[in-house]
Amino acid sequence: MKKNHEKRNLFSIEILGLLLGLLWIAPFYLMVVNAFKTKRDIFGGVLGFPSELAFDNFVQAFVDLAFLKSLFNSVLVTGCSIAIIILFSSMAGYALARNKSKLSGFIFFIFVAAMLIPFQSVMIPLVSIFGQADMLNAGGLIFMYLGFGCSLSIFLYHGAMTGVSKSMDEAAIIDGANRFQLFWYIIFPLLKPISVTVGILNTIWIWNDYLLPSLVLSEANATIPLKMFYFFGQYTKQWHLALAGLTIAILPVIIGYFFAQKQIINGVSEGAVK
Amino acid sequence: MKNRSLAFWLFLTPVILGLGIVVVIPFIYGFIYSFTNWNGLTATEFLGFQNYINLFQEDEFMQSIWFTIKFAVVTVILLNVFGMALALIVTRNIKSNNLLRTVFFMPNLIGGLILGFIWQFIFISVFGDIANLTGIEGLNGWLSTTNTGFWGLVILTAWQMAGYIMIIYIAYLENIPKDLIEAAKIDGASSFQRFKNITFPLVAPAFTISMFLTLSMSFKIYDQNLSLTNGGPFNSTQMVSMEIVRTAFSDNQMAYAQAKAVIFFLIVAVVALTQVYYNKKREVEM
Repeated sequence: MKKNHEKRNLFSIEILGLLLGLLWIAPFYLMVVNAFKTKRDIFGGVLGFPSELAFDNFVQAFVDLAFLKSLFNSVLVTGCSIAIIILFSSMAGYALARNKSKLSGFIFFIFVAAMLIPFQSVMIPLVSIFGQADMLNAGGLIFMYLGFGCSLSIFLYHGAMTGVSKSMDEAAIIDGANRFQLFWYIIFPLLKPISVTVGILNTIWIWNDYLLPSLVLSEANATIPLKMFYFFGQYTKQWHLALAGLTIAILPVIIGYFFAQKQIINGVSEGAVK
Repeated sequence: MKNRSLAFWLFLTPVILGLGIVVVIPFIYGFIYSFTNWNGLTATEFLGFQNYINLFQEDEFMQSIWFTIKFAVVTVILLNVFGMALALIVTRNIKSNNLLRTVFFMPNLIGGLILGFIWQFIFISVFGDIANLTGIEGLNGWLSTTNTGFWGLVILTAWQMAGYIMIIYIAYLENIPKDLIEAAKIDGASSFQRFKNITFPLVAPAFTISMFLTLSMSFKIYDQNLSLTNGGPFNSTQMVSMEIVRTAFSDNQMAYAQAKAVIFFLIVAVVALTQVYYNKKREVEM
């Protein structure tokens, strides 16, 4: 009797969950369905199915987004930023965790406190300084991402270092390794799980960032979000093309999510809870 | 490693340069320049608090602050309610729980700019068509008034970020010892009592985290604002972040915009620190 009641309960929760799930993906569904419609089709109604599949929309959007070039720019900026954030933050997290002095604690505190400063509070002088140094380009942007990304990353690496025993250091030093060899061959591989988390968390925001690239990059070097902004402005009121462009733009993310959803969800969970 | 060890400083050099040049120096510069007539390149005159006095008298800026605060309050409540509800659903022993986690979390991976464009289509075209079919007048003309623009932004943000907050609550819900719940069941506690007396207190730390996160996320929103309403109609749905960007890069009033940015920093910092302080205190008392 009681068991049945519980089963029924669970069943209604499942139904509720599935309904919410449908509601959650409805915007994506509507985007894709209408991306396949002709202009006239959309004018006739956005709720039904397409009367014919207008693949032309995708061809034109692909060309106008200069998609391969935008994708390359996004991969370049995100990839380089992640590589230097992981390398330099893990080095710093290690150094700060192994030095228990007051000064080391103070430096760590500065990095953590910097997380309180919103981007908008530094962006104007930042763009001015980099403009005067002639660094408003992809290289400058990557360096900026190091500055904005390192605080949280150092915080995570610093936390992870508590799990790495100091006897590792001592053994390696006795064997004649210097600090850099010790770090690179012994410590860094042990930090791999947290490196995955750091990589995922930073990839999510850097890949999607719009405001900073819009202030730094020219249209020729535009990343996907930046290019999408120009593209959308060009095709307001032409939803068939705009939606095809949006569908193409999110495709790399969906593919990535499909292959790495476990790592992504775990990474986000770890990053948020610490 | 010792303070005087060369390796210690070499390991820290790249990030000290990074944070220093990108965050600390611009922050200090910006603070100083906000008291001048800085035009982005040079400052010729010290103005004292003039920029700050002006901004408190500017209707558009004050309006953007109130709009942002209203938005943040509503969004924080909705995000935490939805995040918690979704987490409670997917931590039950249902068949689709992994699939649902994937679906609820998906919008977080896509940028606010792109999501804003998608929802522009939903609010304008899809809502319009539903209004024609059903005759519900209220679905017409979304994003064309301040009110519908406000709720449009709230819905977009809640939809986008609820999955993220869900993940945080899941982490805490799954740490609750199963036998605690079982024992309460045997003692005859109703499911509401179990939630109120066991689940809720044990999940309290998740509130600290997610309130802090959602508040600061909703204060700093820019992309969604730009792509969904673009501040319109008549700048009435313009949030602080967009206000600062426009004052700086459209109106070219750099020092004045920087003064706004300093005020923005103070608001964000005070909110965040208060939040952390109160939550820590409450957790200790419990």
